This record gives sequence, structure tokens and C-alpha cells, in this order.
Amino acid sequence: MQHPAFEEVSFHHHTEDAEFKKRVRKTTILLSIITVIELGIGLSIYMIHKGPDPSHLLVLMFKGMVCILSLAKAYYIVSVFMHLGDEIRNMIMTIVVPLLLFIWFIAAFIIDGNSYKTLRNRYDKHFQETTMPKEHHKATEEKKAEPAKSEKQ
Amino acid sequence: MATTATAHQTKWWSGGKSPFNLEYGKLMMWYFLMSDAFTFGAFLISYGSIRFSQNFWPDPNVVFNAFPGAGHANLPLAFVSVMTFILIISSVTMVLAVHAGHKGDRAGVMKWLAWTIVGGLAFLGCQAWEWHHLITGEHAALIDGQIQMVGQTTTVNPWGQLADPGVVFEALKNSSPQVLAQIVHDHDHSHTWKELAGMSKDQLMGMINVAELHVREKGPVAFGGYFYGITGFHGFHVFSGVIINIVMLLMAQNGVFDRKGHYLMIEKAGLYWHFVDLVWVFVFLCFYLI
Repeated sequence: MQHPAFEEVSFHHHTEDAEFKKRVRKTTILLSIITVIELGIGLSIYMIHKGPDPSHLLVLMFKGMVCILSLAKAYYIVSVFMHLGDEIRNMIMTIVVPLLLFIWFIAAFIIDGNSYKTLRNRYDKHFQETTMPKEHHKATEEKKAEPAKSEKQ
Repeated sequence: MATTATAHQTKWWSGGKSPFNLEYGKLMMWYFLMSDAFTFGAFLISYGSIRFSQNFWPDPNVVFNAFPGAGHANLPLAFVSVMTFILIISSVTMVLAVHAGHKGDRAGVMKWLAWTIVGGLAFLGCQAWEWHHLITGEHAALIDGQIQMVGQTTTVNPWGQLADPGVVFEALKNSSPQVLAQIVHDHDHSHTWKELAGMSKDQLMGMINVAELHVREKGPVAFGGYFYGITGFHGFHVFSGVIINIVMLLMAQNGVFDRKGHYLMIEKAGLYWHFVDLVWVFVFLCFYLI
């Protein structure tokens, strides 16, 4: 089919009305479900933090899961709503391949930040003592709350 | 055209055709969005880098737990999920506007664009409320051996670790009577401001139960700056997206696209709008979920 404005563009993606509506509805529902799952995980992390003995491994796993779910959301928005999935392969590659730079970008800077923290904790004891979260500080806090209360009266 | 049937065998690069089968403007919009993705990516990665360099970082569920009209109720994630759904729905209405444009349906384009604009304005309104709440909503924080009432700004925020009640008790003695009156008033509304202002510091101290206070130390300074910087930059994108959509709506109304014979400009505005939604997915992830 001839493109309405540009001769050199030889086809464009016209989808049938019914098929298009089905696809948009499906994607909307999918995005909503993923968002609800993300919120559920966010609240679970909150509950774990509030609990008596927070499991850091479990929190880390939940956080990894929301990262993956967010990437899934991004994929559906870009490929269906922005129609990138319907473009020709060469065009998709000029967008997607440069984005691979993010793999290095994220890893390098996160590792750098982490290394800075490790070195600072090793050589700057004041920083470590004043900022390091106390383990199980909820439990110790409750124990200390009692004398503070009696001191006041 | 005869070439359509054999589209995939076509020699795209031998001249006479658009190698990517796209008009120039749309292709350039894609490349702009890719560069913009790197700008947002750099901001978010910088946030991540600073966050990984700290021993303590605020828990988003402590920071973002308010809802308009719900007073002091603890509702983590509730308001931001409303904002997220507003953007998803406005993205869907934009898809429908672009689709109506493909069919040359002017009334449809205008209807769906109008809904998209409403969604964008609703999102901006939510963000304005959230910022206002964070800046003006003051919390008692342990700062330099004193209790101070602070909101979240780019220089200070009250989202540090829970302070030791013994230390808080000592700090209360060094704090101003105004702060003590504020703390008493936040926990117990049985006294008027006038009564509280007339009380001595000892009287006020007697009315404060340190164990129930949950005072936090001041949080990492970078938290406020990154939050306002990145959500503000995203909000600016939403704002410019709304302006672009309003221009598109006026152009559609004046029949500009009908005279051109195509609604391809709506497609480009649509790409930008979806990108704004896409960025929010990651802002939401980095600030509110993890």
C-alpha cells in the first residue's frame, strides 16, 4: 500500500479494526496486571522490613523480580504501543543495539558506588559507625525504650 | 504497489526507497527518544551509584505513604499507584488517537487526544500534590543533638534511621519549645496552640512519650535532590507532552491534517507520549519499589 505522504515509504502497518482493538485491550490488561503484581511485591518488601527478622536475601529476590517485571512492561510499551515490533528489522536494530550500552553503564556505576562504600567503611571508621544500620535495631530499640520511659517519670 | 507483496525480499538500499520504510520525521523522533533514554538512564544510574555508596538509604515505604484527604494514615504505595495507572490509561488513549488518525477520523483523533491531555494534566496535578506534601509535611528529626521539624528538601530530609529513644530524650531537652509544642500537638489534639504556647518546656516534655515518638535521624542529603531532580525532569517531559498534544488537538481541529491528507504528526506526538510513560516505569521502579 502506498504511503499517503511519502513515495519512498512502500508500506505501513494498517491493522484490522477488530484485531487492533483486541491487541490494545490485551496489552492494557497485561500492563495493569504487571503493575498490580509490582505493587504487591512492593508491599511484601514493606511487610518483610516491618517484621521481626527481615530476610535480606528474600528482599533482594523480590527487588530482582520487580526489575524483570519493569523490563517486561517496557517491552510491551515499546513493541505494541510504539509499534517498534512492526518496523523492519534493520530499523529495530539501530534502536535496540545502542541501548545495549546500558548493560555496561549500569554495571560499571553500581559496582563503582559499591566499591567506594567498601573502601570508605574500611578507612573512615567514623563514617561506618555513624551510618551503618544496626542489626535487628527494632529489637534493641524496644529494650532501650523501657528505661527511657521510666527516666522521664 | 507491486513491491508490497515481496516487501522482505526488497533491496532496501538500492535507492528509490526509504531503507527503514519510515518517513524522516518519525525516524528522527525515534533517535531523539533513544538519546533521551540515555539522559534519563544517566540520571537514574547516578542515583543508583550514590545509593550503593551509602550504608543506609531511606525505605520508600516510609517516605511515600500519604494519600490526599487521608490525613496521617499510613498508605505506602497507594498514591503512586494511582499516578502509574493514570499514565498507563493516557498511553492507551494516545494509541487510540493514533489509530483514529490512520483512518483519517478527525472526530476520533480529537476525542482521544483530549482524553490523553486530561490524563497528562491529572498526572501533573498528582505530582504537584506529592511535591507539596513532601516539602511542607514536616517531621521531627534528630539533627545535631536537637529535635527539629523538617520537610524533605534538597539539603535536608527526615528519612534517616530510627533514633535511639535515649538519645532522643536528651535531644528533646536541647530543642526549642516551639518544636516540643509541635510534637505534642501532632500526637494529641486535646490542647489548643494557645495553651501549648503558654506551657513551660518541662510541662511539654512531660506530655511527650519518647517510646512512641519514632524520631528518625536526618537521611542521606542526596535523596531529596535526586528525587526532585529526576521526578521533576520526568514531570517536565509530561508537561511538554501535554503542550505538544494540545497543539496537535488545535491543529486537528483547524483541519491542518485533513489538508495535508495524513495524520502522521499524531504518530510522532504519540511516540513522545509513550516514551514519557516508558520512563515513568523506571522512575517508579527506582524510587518507589526498590
